[in-house]
Amino acid sequence: MSGGSYYFVIVGHHDNPVFEMDFMPSAKANDPKREDHRHLNQFIAHASLDLVDEQMWTTNNMYLKMVDKFNEWFVSAFVTASRMRFVMLHDEKNEDGIKNFFQEIYETYVKHSMNPFYEINTPIKSANFERKVQFYGRKYLTT
Amino acid sequence: MSRQTARPTDSRKVSAELFTLTYGALVSQLLKDYENDDDVNKQLEKIGYNIGIRAIEDFLARSNVTRCNDFRETADVISKIAFKMFLGISPAVTNWSPAGDEFSLLIENNPLTDFVELPEGHNKLNYSCVLCGALKGALEMVQLEVDVKIVQDQLKGDNVTELRVKFIKRLEDAIPAGED
Repeated sequence: MSGGSYYFVIVGHHDNPVFEMDFMPSAKANDPKREDHRHLNQFIAHASLDLVDEQMWTTNNMYLKMVDKFNEWFVSAFVTASRMRFVMLHDEKNEDGIKNFFQEIYETYVKHSMNPFYEINTPIKSANFERKVQFYGRKYLTT
Repeated sequence: MSRQTARPTDSRKVSAELFTLTYGALVSQLLKDYENDDDVNKQLEKIGYNIGIRAIEDFLARSNVTRCNDFRETADVISKIAFKMFLGISPAVTNWSPAGDEFSLLIENNPLTDFVELPEGHNKLNYSCVLCGALKGALEMVQLEVDVKIVQDQLKGDNVTELRVKFIKRLEDAIPAGED
């Protein structure tokens, strides 16, 4: 589904962003309004956290599909066993792609958190992790 | 009275992941306590040394190896029997020095370092130097003084983890002063 922009954030237990990444199709990559969008994206993701917290108790699945909508942005979420919330903002419906993306990032996150030097809830700075997220993003979101 | 019977199945085996995570927690706590990489390296070697001097007894009891005739045999026993018994891996013995008193152990998948990435700013940390201490301690108990260093480290970007073992001297049992 090329043409859709995605903003992905991992939110910790104190509503703190642990990791952020956005995926843009190349056409929009040089959009000067991107800087403004960053603040808006954070705002939308933060606002949806309440709905994520509500919905996580209603289902056994980790993948919560779409939890919220803001103007043209859809918000999908995935909650891990340790209550780390993966939030994805997207302007195109892409359930399968997002679901697969969340699954792969979940595995990557678990492997990363096995690192004894990584403290949970702290920002993820590993270049290795970033590379993997970029790879899966290209594979499942912007192809 | 030493126990010579072989234990067919060690019912107290722990999962390898638990071992890796325990060691990881130990190193990260040491790093928080000492903060300085060199101090942590020294502590890890000391810890390894203490493990080594005790593990050698267990090793000799379980493996029933006889006395080695030369240093090359020692190297083979270390790599094929000792490492296999304690860590489940068999490092390769290579890079013998011309005088035959130094060799390298090449470890490809080190169980201690599964999932580990060294944090920023701690590039001098030798994560596996507990192995150096353990080898040194164990060989000291069989009258061999050696020096063990890490020369290549997978956590620092190399392809393998290389331990360099150098023979220093054979230790003679010293008679305590005052006795004949």
